[in-house]
Amino acid sequence: MSTAPHPPEAIIRFVGIEKRYDLGGEAEVRALRGVDLTVNPGSYVAIMGPSGSGKSTMLNLIGCLDRPTAGSYFLGGTDVSRMPDDELSEARGRMIGFIFQSYNLIAQLTVIENIQVPLLYQGQDTRNFEEHCVKLAELVGLGDRLHHRPNQLSGGQQQRVAIARSLVNDPLLILADEPTGNLDSRTGREVLDLIDRLNVAGKTIVLVTHDDKVATRAHRVLHMKDGLIEREVLNRPLPRTNGEPAVPA
Amino acid sequence: MNPLSFQFLSTVRLGVKSLMLHKLRSVLTMLGIIFGVCSVIAMLAIGEGASYAAQEEIKKLGSENIILRSLKPPDDAKLAGLGRGGALDYGLTYQDGARIQATIPGVRRVLPARIVRENVIFGPNSIPCQVIGTLPFYPEIVGLEVVRGRFLTETDERNTDNVCVLTVGLAQRLFPYQDPLDHSVKVDAFYYRVVGLVRERNLPEHRTQQAAMEGEPLDNNVYIPLATARTRFGEVLVRRSAGGFEAEKVELHELRVQMKSTESVETADPQIKTLLNRFHSKNDYEIIVPLQLLRQAERTKRIFNVVLGSIAAISLLVGGIGIMNIMLATVTERTREIGIRRALGAKRRDITLQFLVETVVLSVGGGLIGVALGIVTPLVVSSLTDMKTIVTLWSVLVAFGISGAVGIVFGLYPAKAAAQLDPIEALRHE
Repeated sequence: MSTAPHPPEAIIRFVGIEKRYDLGGEAEVRALRGVDLTVNPGSYVAIMGPSGSGKSTMLNLIGCLDRPTAGSYFLGGTDVSRMPDDELSEARGRMIGFIFQSYNLIAQLTVIENIQVPLLYQGQDTRNFEEHCVKLAELVGLGDRLHHRPNQLSGGQQQRVAIARSLVNDPLLILADEPTGNLDSRTGREVLDLIDRLNVAGKTIVLVTHDDKVATRAHRVLHMKDGLIEREVLNRPLPRTNGEPAVPA
Repeated sequence: MNPLSFQFLSTVRLGVKSLMLHKLRSVLTMLGIIFGVCSVIAMLAIGEGASYAAQEEIKKLGSENIILRSLKPPDDAKLAGLGRGGALDYGLTYQDGARIQATIPGVRRVLPARIVRENVIFGPNSIPCQVIGTLPFYPEIVGLEVVRGRFLTETDERNTDNVCVLTVGLAQRLFPYQDPLDHSVKVDAFYYRVVGLVRERNLPEHRTQQAAMEGEPLDNNVYIPLATARTRFGEVLVRRSAGGFEAEKVELHELRVQMKSTESVETADPQIKTLLNRFHSKNDYEIIVPLQLLRQAERTKRIFNVVLGSIAAISLLVGGIGIMNIMLATVTERTREIGIRRALGAKRRDITLQFLVETVVLSVGGGLIGVALGIVTPLVVSSLTDMKTIVTLWSVLVAFGISGAVGIVFGLYPAKAAAQLDPIEALRHE
């Protein structure tokens, strides 16, 4: 990556990011060894790589779940690499939507309540967002399942709830970690179609996968190896940045 | 409603919901607190009731009074018949009363009384009773209430009149059909005209007699003027019993010293002892200081409260440990949920609050149930037994307050532990 000035609208900007894990004593693992990366708004990026290549670490850092040992990370123009825990939590809640491999819905909450959870931690009165949440549920095709609990839903449905949840705060970035890993190929396709639609609507997507078929849907595919981005493949041209909202209100 | 209080409310709702998910576990966890709070309130209520009754009795003796009673000296008991004229001579004397009145500072007046056990007879009715020879101001010191007629007067005393005043209970048994006033009753060999009826409010008097007069109604008293008692009964009393008779010479059976103020009671008590010991070589009287009894009852109650408090503290501590144990297990069980919430933007304090609220809901819920049971239990106890119970507001507040505090204290550690979890680790947790 060049050191040329980046356009201010970059969603993710990694500058020489390093992550080392101290295993006690002399042992140290260098999970990331100076990664530079820029992701522009509206792009769809897939990260691939064998296990141990650092893609999980990368995802944790992008998702503000962890802080780099060295280097800087600008999320939407804000340096989050040295943020204290509380602010990092805040940034996570406001700017990032997570989609996990195992859906990670909260078992005792209904569909609509699960969608509302991120609002709760933004200090919002969820009653003002009732309609918004219902719309999101309808968007992912679960308008008739609002009061079901996760264990009453199929895997594909649960993942769609997770997608609706990831959208509720209107985040800058949606981070998907093997979103189809637990799904059969047909429901997996449906979920990916849904993610595609979000991207078309303007959402920036970063997706981790080891499935080539999944990765082909992205604009850019980053192949990682030994804590570095080994090579980058451009599948299709990047969209022009326009900053339209992902979900038409 | 502002967003903050809404957020808090939804946290509470969430906490209740999580607890409802494991109803049995939650109830079992609460049991410790429930029993702790319930037992504290119930025990304090029973203790309070018992000590209240005791204190009321002592208060009725009069806190500014000192009571002296003649006592048959224990070492002389077997030597009956050796005294003057073959009679056992012991007890308080008129002289004692006069000396106390004259020398002890702060004495208001001294009330002497002679108490003789006799049968009182009217027509075919003969009822065992206590004949009490005393002075006109007896009711004021002992706490008698004149129901009808009058009490004894100075004139009765001066004239050694054969008049008497009956307690209401005795009069009812003696005169089932007539009005007792102005009738004459027979005691021993003499007739006494009934001039009044009194009701005794003096409970302790009853209690002390209870053992001696088993099976007899407690308020069978006949009051006659002291001078009359002296002349009619003499000073040597002979008690006939199977196998012989016993004679004893007692001038006065009781002296009640009324002090001018409660403060002077405690200084007067040793002074009276010193004074009397100079004239009584034998230990033939006892001294009762109601004020001291009251103080002692209060001390006993304080010790009782400390003991109860310790038991309460221990049971609530055990309850608290139970809650902490379960909460730690819950935190482990819900590690993944914690990870999810952290990923979705929850700050550490949000997680702390969530778990703390759950513990507080558990302990306060347990506390409320405990309070309800703690109020009901004494009622059940009083209705099943004769025990008096008093549920005090402070015991309810303290028990409930402690249960809430236990929730916070014992909830803080698990909640902090939950908040300290690394979100990445937590999300990976199976």
